[in-house]
Amino acid sequence: MAAPDKPSKLVKGASGDWEVVIGMEVHAQVASHAKLFSGASTEFGGAPNAHVSLVDAAMPGMLPVINAECVRQAVRTGLGLNAKINFKSVFDRKNYFYPDLPQGYQISQYKSPVVGEGEVAVDMPHGETIKIGIERLHLEQDAGKLLHDRHPSMSYVDLNRSGVALMEIVSKPDLRSSDEAKAYMSKLRTIMRYLGTCDGDMEKGSLRADVNVSVRRPGAPLGTRCEIKNVNSIRFVGQAVDYEVRRQIKILEDGGKIEQETRLFDSDKGETRAMRNKEEAHDYRYFPDPDLLPLEFDAAYVEYLKSGLPELPDEKKVRFTRDFGLSAYDADVLVSERALADYFEAVAKGRDAKAAANWVINELTGRLNKEGKDFAASPVSTAQLGAVLDLIGEGVISGKIAKDVFEIVWNEGGDPRAIVEARGLKQVTDVGAIEKMVDDIIAKNPDKVEQAKANEKLLGWFVGQVMKASGGKANPQTVNELLKKKLKA
Amino acid sequence: MSVDAHTVRQIAHLARIAVADDEVERLQGEINAVLAFVEQLQEVNVDGVEPMTSVTPMKLKQRGDVVTDGGIADDIVKNAPATEDNFFLVPKVVE
Repeated sequence: MAAPDKPSKLVKGASGDWEVVIGMEVHAQVASHAKLFSGASTEFGGAPNAHVSLVDAAMPGMLPVINAECVRQAVRTGLGLNAKINFKSVFDRKNYFYPDLPQGYQISQYKSPVVGEGEVAVDMPHGETIKIGIERLHLEQDAGKLLHDRHPSMSYVDLNRSGVALMEIVSKPDLRSSDEAKAYMSKLRTIMRYLGTCDGDMEKGSLRADVNVSVRRPGAPLGTRCEIKNVNSIRFVGQAVDYEVRRQIKILEDGGKIEQETRLFDSDKGETRAMRNKEEAHDYRYFPDPDLLPLEFDAAYVEYLKSGLPELPDEKKVRFTRDFGLSAYDADVLVSERALADYFEAVAKGRDAKAAANWVINELTGRLNKEGKDFAASPVSTAQLGAVLDLIGEGVISGKIAKDVFEIVWNEGGDPRAIVEARGLKQVTDVGAIEKMVDDIIAKNPDKVEQAKANEKLLGWFVGQVMKASGGKANPQTVNELLKKKLKA
Repeated sequence: MSVDAHTVRQIAHLARIAVADDEVERLQGEINAVLAFVEQLQEVNVDGVEPMTSVTPMKLKQRGDVVTDGGIADDIVKNAPATEDNFFLVPKVVE
């Protein structure tokens, strides 16, 4: 099979092509009840400073004690990224002064992260699979939140997020376009949601990215990069990269130089801007945190976690295409969310898998999206959708009537089989009854009959008329056969 | 290795410690004395010696993922110079 056309990843400038190089640091909030080093809650949206312990507020003499669950989740994520797990890692202090950081330092991992190099496979829409290298994953504390709009001269500080565990996942500079950056971030999100290590809820800030962008002539050494901080949605990652690439190309083509700097993305204006204070290059003065011993575990622990991992999207996709005969595209859509894949499997079990995939992807997902619901809240259960498919398979209802039944089940609930029975939606398979309808239509349209003899395409018009006359209940195959026979005569 | 007056001011600024001009020279001397001591230590051959992280043979203590703390916002902000609705208030910082 010929490979599908691969769209060029190069960006056209006024003076020729440019290659884009992107590396990402994704900050994912660890799914845990308590914070990384204290017993305060990680719950979103508490009253100001309600989820804060004396440790999180950095009161003198308080000592951090690590939450074992956060370590477990970081290791599981590392395994999901096919990465090397380090049996010994070290927590360091990253020192900087800002009101959202009461300790004056963030506890992070610098030289010895808990997870080392790995690799993620990302499927692109045009059929290509790209491999993105993972540089490392480390555990660190989140900072507090500042509100600037409540007072003309004061900022409000809420430390509820302060100390919540984050996994920083650093990629290698392997991404070559905004589409790849978006697809990579969404793949990370999918993997972590399968693992249950991060809920991936962007609206609550559970997943944010720092995006490093540079451009170069194809084959040339790396250009100077700019880091766009704290981009909080996959869509914004795409917009920020596209804007930044254009900006850098323009500067270079006008004979300028890229300044290495930190920028922010303004989602209202769709642009990136230099952050102030850039003249003060950050000097974090990292050193090992004397309050914490190295984090150590053994191979048995990692093996134990590995044996408990769920089937991940890549494996599931292979299984769906192999065992169910699904197309790569359908399999991709279905494995994008674990709940969706589970739903599909329940419906497909013992049934026509391709039909199940069609119904789950087109009818159900379409309907759920329209109403902004997710699979957990689907009004149509797997058993109900399965029953609709059974009714089609048995020839009791046509595909068209099945959509009506689906609609009734969606709105009113109930057993599809009983609904079909009670509302007289059964397909008419009685050849005599259908023949009568066919004869009726033929008798009423002598001119069309003449045309149909010359032009076979008019057959479709007759099928439509008969189906309409039967209220959609006539078996379409029988109608077709009868018409073919009679119009030829 | 030694530090100059500029570096002393820079370190003080990063830590947000006010250092008056007439203090810089004294601090510079003290820091350089510490650095000179470290230089002496660096003469010791430590090839193959694991960095010591604790003087007692202890493992990192871990705790379970249970919410045992919080709900003390009044206490958290009690010592703050300015508060409102249990927020800390600080001079405006917008980057």
